[in-house]
Amino acid sequence: MVPGSWFLGLAAILFTIGAVGLLVRRNVLVMFMCVELMLNAVNLTFVTFARMLDDIGGQVVVFFVLVVAAAEVVVGLGIIVAIFRRRHDATADDVFALRG
Amino acid sequence: MDWFVFVVAGALAIAGALGVVLSRNPVHAALMLVMSLLAVAVLFVEQKADFLAAVQVIVYAGAIVVLFLFVIMLIGVDRPESLTVEPLRGQRPFAAFIGVAAFAELFFLVRLQGASGRRASAGSLTSGHESNVERLARPLFTHYLLPFELTSALLVVAVVGAVVLSRRERAVTVGEGEGEG
Repeated sequence: MVPGSWFLGLAAILFTIGAVGLLVRRNVLVMFMCVELMLNAVNLTFVTFARMLDDIGGQVVVFFVLVVAAAEVVVGLGIIVAIFRRRHDATADDVFALRG
Repeated sequence: MDWFVFVVAGALAIAGALGVVLSRNPVHAALMLVMSLLAVAVLFVEQKADFLAAVQVIVYAGAIVVLFLFVIMLIGVDRPESLTVEPLRGQRPFAAFIGVAAFAELFFLVRLQGASGRRASAGSLTSGHESNVERLARPLFTHYLLPFELTSALLVVAVVGAVVLSRRERAVTVGEGEGEG
């Protein structure tokens, strides 16, 4: 059995890649995918801790994270479609309509 | 054999994640995301989370990424994005710094052997002869029943919100509509 710390390290790497991608990329859809990567890394951490502590609670939390992620994607993509319909543009830097 | 599966799936997950960040075309990024999600599903199976692996494949790879692809095709943003230009000055070094700092912090936490917390009373992962689905369902419908019900409310709110957001605004008011009709 692979020790849990290896899984935790892998999850840390995946989370970091997602975070850097979220900061670097300017395409809103790709930024959204990077958020999904980060959520996925956190799910991997939860499952790993569930195995290390021999407790099913971590997997229950992952179940809830999956549901919340699905709801978040639906609403987020709805917002993106609404913005696109109005502005016909794909980059986050151009959306500054709320600037005071 | 465990190590072989871990190394292959981990390498695929990291490669997929890098592909999401580095690919210029959003469609390629979505497909790389599928690769990463499937590799993580394999890691779930390796850690006795069979049901979650199935849900990961069905919900993430089957529904969420398809939704991403729908939106990409719907609004036609499959134009490649140039990654060489830096839109904000100093953004890339700052992002790299934050990435290194976050990774160092997480790695430090891993090295601390942090899995020494108190066990919740949700149930064991290995003892007994139940399947993984039974183990997961029992606390979900007893101990975590209230969050589970709140989840249904969240889903309804999300569906209503998505419908409201994507509804096309009608330019005609009610009075004008009656005049035309």
